[in-house]
Amino acid sequence: MSKIVEVGPAGYMPQSAPSMGVELAPEGSALLYGNTVTPEEAMRDAAIALLTRKNPTIFPGPQVLWDWKEDVAEKSAAILDLASEIPNCKIIPMPDYRPKYPKIDVKAEINPNHPNLTILDNRIEACIFVGVHCHYANLTLRMIRAGTNCYTVALCAYMGHEEAMASIRDLHASDIAKFKEIVIEERNKLGIKWETTLPPENPSLPKEDNSTLSPADYGEYRSLIMTKKGEHITDSE
Amino acid sequence: MSAMTRPVLNKKQVEMNYLLHEAPREKHFITGAQAMSEAVKRANVDMAIAYPITPQSEVMHLVGDVFAQGHIKEYYRAEEELGTMSAIAGASRAGVRLFTATSGPGLIRGLEAIASWPGHRVPAVLGILTRVINAPLSIQPDNLEMAYMLYSGAVMLHAENQQDTFDFTLAAFAIAEKVDVYIPVAVATEGFFVTHAKGYVNMMSEDLVYKEFDPVASPVPAMDNETPPARIQRDAPVQKSNFMSYLIHSVWQQEIWDSNSRAMKYIYEYLGGPIEVQNPGSDIMILASGCAAAQAREAHRYAQEEGLSVGFVKVKAIRPFPKNEIREALKSAKKVIVPEHNIVGWLCTEVKAAIPNGGIVLEGPRVFGGMTLPVELIMFEIYEALGIEHNIKL
Repeated sequence: MSKIVEVGPAGYMPQSAPSMGVELAPEGSALLYGNTVTPEEAMRDAAIALLTRKNPTIFPGPQVLWDWKEDVAEKSAAILDLASEIPNCKIIPMPDYRPKYPKIDVKAEINPNHPNLTILDNRIEACIFVGVHCHYANLTLRMIRAGTNCYTVALCAYMGHEEAMASIRDLHASDIAKFKEIVIEERNKLGIKWETTLPPENPSLPKEDNSTLSPADYGEYRSLIMTKKGEHITDSE
Repeated sequence: MSAMTRPVLNKKQVEMNYLLHEAPREKHFITGAQAMSEAVKRANVDMAIAYPITPQSEVMHLVGDVFAQGHIKEYYRAEEELGTMSAIAGASRAGVRLFTATSGPGLIRGLEAIASWPGHRVPAVLGILTRVINAPLSIQPDNLEMAYMLYSGAVMLHAENQQDTFDFTLAAFAIAEKVDVYIPVAVATEGFFVTHAKGYVNMMSEDLVYKEFDPVASPVPAMDNETPPARIQRDAPVQKSNFMSYLIHSVWQQEIWDSNSRAMKYIYEYLGGPIEVQNPGSDIMILASGCAAAQAREAHRYAQEEGLSVGFVKVKAIRPFPKNEIREALKSAKKVIVPEHNIVGWLCTEVKAAIPNGGIVLEGPRVFGGMTLPVELIMFEIYEALGIEHNIKL
């Protein structure tokens, strides 16, 4: 198979995958290095990358971080299951799409405006995008291909992403479960011994004390919290 | 008129493919303006916003009637075109299906906002009923304004006649709202020549309507205040002076043009492709879009009657521009004639750039300022290109 879309770094200002002739896979198919293949083929290649490349990481986006739609909780649970089967897999969320100024906490999150910072700082060489809105996923995947050597996997609820090395479309929880099974099969084939354990604590996050929480503690997400009657939050962005 | 006094309609929601390709149709004799408003009637539009300008005012007046009949949920006249197009962008954030239309100077006035729509992922449908834009003031048809739209990032369709105006407008909603496209679709046609002239239009029953807009099926967060992902700020300014800010803007621009090119498969699905070709392989090919294609079609018919080696290409999609299809259609041509309703010849320039032997493309014939495009003008070019003696005096 000729690879149209390859692991980067592709350079300063690379051509987009669609402009190189890559088209989104039709229903029932997937993309692997810009070629239309079966979902299983794409999943196997992605599984091997996640098992053999350094610091595999899952980047869950807003669409799977909040329980906002009927099928989301099931999908999110399946993502956690998948993560537990990839040795030393990290989960670094993309909770929103605003550029993080003056400085992003690269251990705690990734952002579509400067994804390279998180990828490079954590030396991530294989990652999964899931639950990121398609527009932002396309931007981020292209920037990662431009400036890093990270193998990208896109798990998409809609039509997939040309920029990812492996792209699965029309994603349901059952597809994630299937991907997990393929990861286990490939892991066994590679002879990698792995037992799921709880992840280590993120050193960049302070210990939480939920007993004294106030809306201010939610920072930029405080608008998600219902304010109390008469309460007035004075500081704004 | 308040929503309370308008009738509540109970229409059957169907897929666009059924509407365009399967639903039974009846022949009507209507103007282009009526055709566009009849398409809007069947498109299940949530909101229309516009500011009147001739010749668009005919369309938006009729859309106002369609609103009063209950086919559209909300409609208002904005303060002017920049306000109109900005309001469309704002309404889009609320996750609704949108329609607006304008003409000539109105398009130019609204262009700042329109050029921002693709980057903001606004899947609205914009009717462009072409009109002179340059001084001295004139309300007559001339499609120079389309040249200003070419690099906006929007998908652009150019309708030849009343039937095209109906079909293209209806299809535009489905194309614009595809998750892998999700940018505005402009449907242009010539003012007066099409908008105010009657032609036969086959239309499906108005009891059928395109399925409801789904604000969640979107490549950007839907502005639904009841669900958390909506609270995420979209399209944050990336104006910081550093490499990553430049890079995000550049990949963003790439994404808009990629989205534009992804529209091509839907142009095939709904409109049978971006071009129509008759007699490929002829020595002379006449290539035209919009209502110039109607005159080119007629010139092609004359040429057939005279047994001349003349073919015809109608370009339906201006963006994405069908380079490959045009290259294929013109591969055997010795000369290409491009009749246009503007002085700059924007279609001619596009065609020259699309084929490897651009020198075979003749400049014109062109009419502008509202002048009609007589078939004889095209026949003159055909005879000249073929070296045939003729007595056409222009």
